[in-house]
Amino acid sequence: MPKDLDELQADVTRCMHCGACVGSCPVNAIYLNEVILEFNDDCTLCKRCIKVCPVGAIKLIGGR
Amino acid sequence: MPEFDVVVVGAGPAGSMTAKYAAKNGARVLMIEKRQEIGSPVRCGEGISRSWLDSVGITLDSKSVARQVKGAKIVSPNGSSFYLSEKIAGNEVGIVIDRVFFDKLLARDAVKAGSDLVLKTSAVKLLKNGNKVTGVRVKSFGETKDIKAGCVVGADGFESQVGRWAGINTVLTPRDITSCFQYRLTNINHEADYCEFVLGSAAPGGYIWIFPKNEDTANVGIGMQLSKLREPGDVKKYLDKFIQKDARLRKGKPLELVSGAVSICAPIDKTVGDGILLVGDAACQIDPITGGGISNSCKAGKVAGEVLGRAAKDKDFSEKALQKYEKGWRDLMENHLYRNWMAKEKLVTLKDETFDKIISTLNEVGVEKMSTYAILKAIEQKHPDLVKEFAEFL
Repeated sequence: MPKDLDELQADVTRCMHCGACVGSCPVNAIYLNEVILEFNDDCTLCKRCIKVCPVGAIKLIGGR
Repeated sequence: MPEFDVVVVGAGPAGSMTAKYAAKNGARVLMIEKRQEIGSPVRCGEGISRSWLDSVGITLDSKSVARQVKGAKIVSPNGSSFYLSEKIAGNEVGIVIDRVFFDKLLARDAVKAGSDLVLKTSAVKLLKNGNKVTGVRVKSFGETKDIKAGCVVGADGFESQVGRWAGINTVLTPRDITSCFQYRLTNINHEADYCEFVLGSAAPGGYIWIFPKNEDTANVGIGMQLSKLREPGDVKKYLDKFIQKDARLRKGKPLELVSGAVSICAPIDKTVGDGILLVGDAACQIDPITGGGISNSCKAGKVAGEVLGRAAKDKDFSEKALQKYEKGWRDLMENHLYRNWMAKEKLVTLKDETFDKIISTLNEVGVEKMSTYAILKAIEQKHPDLVKEFAEFL
């Protein structure tokens, strides 16, 4: 994960690997490598992935 | 000459049908699937109708069918129900399938038709010559390989990476995305002969479904429009709340958890390019009202395979040659998808009282067919005011 995206994290114990966030991302900044979510630095921190995740697995850390 | 005419990315229903009909029509086909098992994990409510199966050459085996139902039960927010027989219910009602077996059945059909198939193999990048797609880079069991192909087919579902890499615009607005969560719930007392749809504020911008798998087990799921979601994990919370309130379901225990998202958008502008073609959820070929995509995926997959077979014979996978697919699938479903998207845009604005009125009216006057038109005509008899907003459908 690029260091400027340290604040966006998928909780691996919650993530269902369903790809809801991947397909919803407007800038294609998420890749699901079978079971591991990777965020790249195209991310604009729009937080759509946080909202769309059916189980609330994606979080912004550091209070942003 | 490339090793394959066609590489299909994703072995769901859309991919397998494309691979089957392309191979059947003489193309050299490879289908790749990133998971270690076809059909698993399930990302589906598993309700289908049986009317279209023959037309695309699918013969279900006993394992693929979990339950045959008599029809649909539509439940309004105040708890009253309207029953529809299978004949008039239309799409997504008739059979509850088992995707773990159904997807394998379709993959087997593709292999029998001559398609190659590998698992645990992810597409990581498209190979291109200018804008023309010439193949795909894959990671297969940890090894990176480049596979040359006349055409790469994106059948990679809602994630739709292949289309995005090819520069095809599949970006959706929050209004056009439904976020879903489902339990396969056992130890419940549902109506095992009907697929149930619960409307209203229990699932804002969507609905809750109870699709029976057998006498004591059902897929109990929820879909909610992304623009209606507020807090992280809302989708699961809404479903949990519904289950706790429903005496039939409260004692249920989950056998499986399923999550995912589906597009509920108007038909996208473009699904082909030079050496690239999208099919199924990757091409947003989903009914925007029901969120169902299996029948459309299979129908579009058949068209895609036939066009790719022709393209392989002509050695021409240009965008121009693939336009036959673009036209073919649109002829089959574009008008229907567009109408249902318009109807969805209205439905998501309705209040609980309005759904209650609609269901009570349908019970009074009946409806002969589960079409937007027939339902509106029925409601118009009692509540012309309700129908005003939908005037453009009449």
